[in-house]
Amino acid sequence: MIKAVIARVKKFQYEKYAVFIALAVLFIISALLSPYFTRIQNLLNILRQVSYVGIIALGMTFVITSGGIDLSVGSLMAFIGAVGILTLNYLMGVFNNEYLAISGAILAALIMGILSGALNGFLITRGRIAPFIVTLGSMAIFRSLSLYMASAGEIRSVSGHYGEFGMNSIWFLPVPVLVMLIIAAILNTILNSTRYGRHLCAVGSNPLVALFSAINVNRIKFLSYVLCGFTVSVSAVLLTSRFNAVSTSNTGMGFELDAITAVIIGGTPFTGGRGAIWGTIVGVIILGIINNMLNMLGISPYLQGTVKGLVIIGAVYLQRQKS
Amino acid sequence: MNNILLKTQDINKEFSSVPVLKNINIEIIRGEVLGIIGENGAGKSVLMKILSGIYTATSGRVIFEEKPVIIKDPLNAKHLGISLIPQEFNLIKELTVYDNIFLGSEIRKKNGFLNKKLMMTHTNELLRELGVEINPDEQIENLSTAQKQMVEICKAISVDAKLLIMDEPTTVLTQYEIKILFKLMQRLKKQGTTIIYISHKLKEVKAICDRVIVLRDGELICSEMIENISVLKMAQRMVGRELSQVFPKKQQPEDEVVFEAKGLTVPGVIENISFQIRKGEILGLAGLVGSGRSEVAETILGIRKHSVGKLYMHGKEITIKTPKDAVRNGISYLSEDRQGCGILTNFTVIQNTTLVSLDAYCNYFFGYVNKKKEEESTLKYKERFDIKTENLDTRLEYLSGGNQQKVSLAKSIDPGPIVLIADEPTRGVDVSAKQEIYSLINSLAKKGLSCIFISSEQEEIIGMCHRVIVMKDGKIMNTLADEKIKEEEIMFLATGVREGAKEV
Repeated sequence: MIKAVIARVKKFQYEKYAVFIALAVLFIISALLSPYFTRIQNLLNILRQVSYVGIIALGMTFVITSGGIDLSVGSLMAFIGAVGILTLNYLMGVFNNEYLAISGAILAALIMGILSGALNGFLITRGRIAPFIVTLGSMAIFRSLSLYMASAGEIRSVSGHYGEFGMNSIWFLPVPVLVMLIIAAILNTILNSTRYGRHLCAVGSNPLVALFSAINVNRIKFLSYVLCGFTVSVSAVLLTSRFNAVSTSNTGMGFELDAITAVIIGGTPFTGGRGAIWGTIVGVIILGIINNMLNMLGISPYLQGTVKGLVIIGAVYLQRQKS
Repeated sequence: MNNILLKTQDINKEFSSVPVLKNINIEIIRGEVLGIIGENGAGKSVLMKILSGIYTATSGRVIFEEKPVIIKDPLNAKHLGISLIPQEFNLIKELTVYDNIFLGSEIRKKNGFLNKKLMMTHTNELLRELGVEINPDEQIENLSTAQKQMVEICKAISVDAKLLIMDEPTTVLTQYEIKILFKLMQRLKKQGTTIIYISHKLKEVKAICDRVIVLRDGELICSEMIENISVLKMAQRMVGRELSQVFPKKQQPEDEVVFEAKGLTVPGVIENISFQIRKGEILGLAGLVGSGRSEVAETILGIRKHSVGKLYMHGKEITIKTPKDAVRNGISYLSEDRQGCGILTNFTVIQNTTLVSLDAYCNYFFGYVNKKKEEESTLKYKERFDIKTENLDTRLEYLSGGNQQKVSLAKSIDPGPIVLIADEPTRGVDVSAKQEIYSLINSLAKKGLSCIFISSEQEEIIGMCHRVIVMKDGKIMNTLADEKIKEEEIMFLATGVREGAKEV
């Protein structure tokens, strides 16, 4: 009897912390394989690299928890980046104050993100089109619009200061990492301790039950896409600031896959109903470490996709075994 | 030939080292209708799933036609001649009747393509044999619940089943449809099919079975010829204690009318539905499946849009466009489809209980949930409704059907409704949970809650309601009150046929 209880406790713990254990194991293996891996500079680099996808994956966690999916995030990233920098270049000519122009551009980008997310959400809830289809369409649209804005080329900012905040570190944490952690903390609270979070899980778990439970299902879903659009715009601002430019053909390429992968690895079920914000953060870090190690071990970058593919399939396989 | 068709020897089954069946030894005699009864969680369904290859036993043997067999999977069972009609329908709603009947054993032409014509002819023959009129080319989703049931039976016997297992076949059927089912069972029995009949409804078991086996907590309690055991005795064996009066004493409702529907019409669904309900009144809504009872509920809740009609609460007109509006106006709904519309199986007891009333547990600015308050309130329901759960953070999937239903009731009551619409409140729950739910609803009514009580079980309607509205084809046929509430009268209004006047 006591044995059974112990076995049960062990099993339960394993399930809850599986992703953290996976991270620890991966960390130890990497440290053993390469002495360079554990250097602070390398670790901070990994964090910085994953933070852009990480911020998006946080919004994606909400969308997937609601039972939806957003494929458009990568294209939206390029689109918002382009809109932001074009706005910046325009405002530089209007205002004398460069910081005013930068603020205006960031505001424009954030608003654009919210509007784009709202468009996805509107089509999904009011238009009653499956999220996969809507965001597949908007993925094509956002990419094509951004390519059109620069004839598939790069848009450079004319501001000398726009590139600063994205490069900075506060104390020792790079700004994008800090932003990611702050957003994660906020979203974690929303998901676990507020009415919206509860309703989000209910909608993802069974929309019909949610409807009968006096929940405005459409509103809950709509807001999750708006939030996802917002996180994309935050990430886009940080990324374009880092390069002080946006490449309309490359920026955000494949981000949707990385973000979805991170969410799933992190323990949020693909069918929704439950979300794991910190799991998602660990998920992106795992992806980052894998990339980092493959690079350090000199394995062809072309094979990285294979590894990512195996990781996501493996993670879902393990989740299936659990339930 | 031996007259024992199937025998189990010391069947044991454990789920993650929790025993659910303990040393089950039963014999099934060729050509009998064997009733298996027991409360939720007694192990009936598990035993049947072992016999039909869905689960494998942890230990023990099954002997079929004198040979020991290992039933690996449902296909294996099918080859042996064991067919299970599951509690939840297993039909693919996008496919036609004949597609479903031949699913997995399709007849093909020599060139490998499907021989649709032959399958359709066979289906027609089967359906005619069973005496039901369904077009084999109809899509499943266009059929009524009873018709789907018939298709399930048809599917089960299409493979020449020697042993037909029916798991709670009548839960979704009305009295009238049950009669058709029983005739069908008798016909099958005459043809030599052995039937295992699992049910919560003891009267039905008494009426149709030759012998009855009682399970309790995974153990075989007794096996009796049906003529040697009364319904009350069966219930006592199931529960393991003496049962008192099933229905609580009705309380006289107050005179004040709280809710009124006037002329509700949804074209093609319900027509001109008007009624009033008084404070503390339990108003029954009876009728066959498909007569529009649940649709009336859905219309009041704003799930269906009514083209004509008005709703009044305390004499004031109210507009309801969504279930949210309904709750705001004091109307709560207890769904007939517990898993589909009622509760969230991956939410905890607390999260389910407060799902509708969550506003009351949140602060105004962020909607930050006061978890302590939630817990306190849920604890009250746990004690008041006697909800059996390990703790309040247990996910609902680990609770038995009866306890899930109590949580569902707690969830509907927590917003403090004026009117509760209870749609089949005791569907799929066992005798003792049923009794508890009756007395809960009754005590709520005593405190002034008005209840619209929808049920397919005449007994419930008669035992619980002050007045009964009987519906047929989306219309109110008549309203019965007090002593006029009689089974015969309800059936007459619901079917338009006097008892015995028409041969089915």
